[in-house]
Amino acid sequence: MNLLEAKDVAVQFGGIKAVDGVSFSVSEGKVFTIIGPNGAGKTTLFNLISRIYEPSHGALYYAGSEITNVAPHKVAALGIARTFQNIELFEHATVLQNLLLGRHAHRKSSLVSEILFTPSVRRMEVEHREKVEKVIDFLDLEHYRDSLIAGLPYGVRKVVELGRALCTEPKLLLLDEPSSGLNTEETEDMAFWIHDIKNDLGITVLMVEHDMALVSEVSDEVLALNYGRVIATGTPREVQEHPEVVKAYLGT
Amino acid sequence: MRFQFKTRYEQDIDLFRDNVDRFWYGALAIALLAAPLLLHEFWIGELSYVFILAIAGVGLMILTGYTGLVSLGHAAFLGIGAYTHAVLLKMGLPLVVTVPAATLLTAIFGAMIGFPALRLTGVYLAIATLAFAFIVEQALSRWDSVTGGFAGFAVPKPEIFGITLTDTVPFYFVSLAFLVFSIWATLNVLRSPVGRAFVAIRDSEIAAQSMGVNLAAYKTLAFAMSAGLTGLAGTLFAHKISFLAPDAFNILLSIQLLLMVVVGGLGSIHGAIFGAIFVGALPQLIAILRDFLPGTIARQPGLEPGIFGTILVLFILFEPLGFYGRWRKIKLYFSLFPLYKRATFKRQKSYTKSERFR
Amino acid sequence: MTELAQLLINGAAAGCIYGLIALGFVLIYKATEMVNFAQGDLMMLGAFVALSLIAGAGVNYWVAFAGAIAVMAIFGYLLDAVVLRRVIGQPQFAIVMLTIGLGFMFRSAASMIWGTETRGFETPFTGGVVRIGNFVIADVSISIIVGTALLCLLLYLFFRFTRIGIAMQAVSQNQLAAYYMGIPVKRIFSLIWAISAGVAAVAGILLAPVVLIDVNIGLIGLKAFAAAVLGGFGSIPGAVVGGVIIGIIEQFSGIYLKEGFKDIAAYVVILAVLILYPQGMFGAVGRKRV
Repeated sequence: MNLLEAKDVAVQFGGIKAVDGVSFSVSEGKVFTIIGPNGAGKTTLFNLISRIYEPSHGALYYAGSEITNVAPHKVAALGIARTFQNIELFEHATVLQNLLLGRHAHRKSSLVSEILFTPSVRRMEVEHREKVEKVIDFLDLEHYRDSLIAGLPYGVRKVVELGRALCTEPKLLLLDEPSSGLNTEETEDMAFWIHDIKNDLGITVLMVEHDMALVSEVSDEVLALNYGRVIATGTPREVQEHPEVVKAYLGT
Repeated sequence: MRFQFKTRYEQDIDLFRDNVDRFWYGALAIALLAAPLLLHEFWIGELSYVFILAIAGVGLMILTGYTGLVSLGHAAFLGIGAYTHAVLLKMGLPLVVTVPAATLLTAIFGAMIGFPALRLTGVYLAIATLAFAFIVEQALSRWDSVTGGFAGFAVPKPEIFGITLTDTVPFYFVSLAFLVFSIWATLNVLRSPVGRAFVAIRDSEIAAQSMGVNLAAYKTLAFAMSAGLTGLAGTLFAHKISFLAPDAFNILLSIQLLLMVVVGGLGSIHGAIFGAIFVGALPQLIAILRDFLPGTIARQPGLEPGIFGTILVLFILFEPLGFYGRWRKIKLYFSLFPLYKRATFKRQKSYTKSERFR
Repeated sequence: MTELAQLLINGAAAGCIYGLIALGFVLIYKATEMVNFAQGDLMMLGAFVALSLIAGAGVNYWVAFAGAIAVMAIFGYLLDAVVLRRVIGQPQFAIVMLTIGLGFMFRSAASMIWGTETRGFETPFTGGVVRIGNFVIADVSISIIVGTALLCLLLYLFFRFTRIGIAMQAVSQNQLAAYYMGIPVKRIFSLIWAISAGVAAVAGILLAPVVLIDVNIGLIGLKAFAAAVLGGFGSIPGAVVGGVIIGIIEQFSGIYLKEGFKDIAAYVVILAVLILYPQGMFGAVGRKRV
């Protein structure tokens, strides 16, 4: 079953076609990677899927229904979560508070009950906390639970960003360059997590990545973009050997 | 150094950290309740004023400290609350109607200014709130039939069970009750999803949106809650000044409210309280200062705003975390003694972070 | 018809003052992203300095004009070097509060130095009028409009053709890159503050014969926000054009609308523009790239 489908999606900024007629589909339960040189439109594509940008052309389908015009804040409730290339964490809050915010899409309490902090709100808070603790456990973040983001090293921030996305209990996870800025050991950890996310949690992963080793290790399918257009698609091996991809991106 | 050993999730959710905290706050509560027996009537009146300022401060803190939306015109909400309450009282309605009505109406006004302000960030929002405040001040002055225009009118004194509520001691308890309710309600919101959403909007709107926070709805809500609490403070304020005139709610008052939250410490309820104590005590401090200054300066009518300005400037330059920040630094010093490092809070060199793109 | 033209000219003259103050805002905002809420009070100080030079030291009007500009420019430079440099990097809110506080301090200091009564001084323009057919135009209005136009021309030439002007443009567009290019960014900031304060002084001196000077004339600065917002906050010509439009709107509301609307006309414009068309006439709204 195709969880996400893009049909001829395009977006233009002034005269520049950042994304120009891109079509692809992501099968449920797989890891789908998008590669390409800088400026190819990869993050722009992500921004289109999370509805931060409006496409000028084309349509996006998620779990069968069209999401091309859905409001940006409704995307999380649909089950799509994302991480950001340049880390958009809440600097002046603790790791725990950041992760708890990931649960916002599952908020079931009304404003009045929150003002009075009724026992049902208390119970829901404990439930949210239990779900967040599972993610903290999964990502080994116990040590940083009560630390403010402002003092944390880059590697930890990337993990918290991933954790926050996982807390939304997504069906589709968009990872924007998960290994950028990480050293070899941290990248290895990231590879294991992506494996576990796919196999144990059953989440479909769509990611943008530059680290070819990581791409080969975890991906089921790869798409190569250049100048906003698709230049190759297939298994990691096929795409990495494709002549146009080699010319535009990988080199000899 | 007190260490908190957590065994239950409720400990993170509870309002008090542990029993030591409960003890100290309990002692504070007893002291406040017993105050009318121990202090002179003048000081009880002053404390009531501090409580009123604190309610407004908590309201402003929700908006500016927690949601990151700057409001330069909060005195307008104080005025709307005060006038609504007083006018309804004059019409003969009972307290249980006028107070909630005033709070609700002010909240609606807050939502009204919040909604169009959704696309505005930083300075643009501040300017919009300033413009709003001026317009409200003019409206209050010109709407003679209802508000009594420039001349103003005297606020009726309500009674419950034969006690005139505006007498010093009953008013003290009423203010205290309202303050406790305001703080409790705000803290409840802050430990719930709504409060977290506010903080998210302050720190990163795009991330908040991708986590499911409806920016428009929550910003409007922040404005509404902030205005509502300030309106509640306004109802008490009306009785405090006992004669309502539109020029009481001018830009100087708005700046005083902002001074309160900045000097107290942005981003915490404690900050609002500290700020309220400071601004409440300020007139007394200025009076004392006048005795020390040379004659020519002391007698100037422009002295008070000048002192406000100087305090504001000094705090921004040297203690941006406010009184509460300084309090926490002092507590840290004592808890780490003798291992405290002077560079713990040293500010790093930074470049202007462009706020044209947030 | 005459009345219409009269309103237009009066509005334009008042608007030029708003425009000049807004120009000062926009200069500082474009370069440093600080909003100077004390700009109106700098204008007030400029007017008082000129007053002291003319009435106190008996100096000729034109010399006092130049002198006041020079004094305020130095004051602006020192203000940035001593106070504002310390808050570079702090969030915008802190800087807004800082300039508001400074404004209060300036007003207070001015009331202590010069007293609280309204004062005036002799200018070559007070009282004179020019008659063109049926129109009677006050010399003062002409002086304001011409003065503003001259100043704008001077600033345009400065920014376009001098090295410092180009450096200022660089600093306003990309601070870090400007550092890398060897531009002394902090000194440029102080220079911009100096120019801004100088512009404010010009506004004050041109305004003096119209409203007479007292400590509170700086509050016009708040209306100047309307001009800056209308013109698009980052646009220098926009600020002046916006100011003229606000001035004209005010004149017309005074005549055609109920009493009290003239006072709030500027603020209604602010809200209307911010709600409906936030980028103003010439500005640009940016969006963060994630």
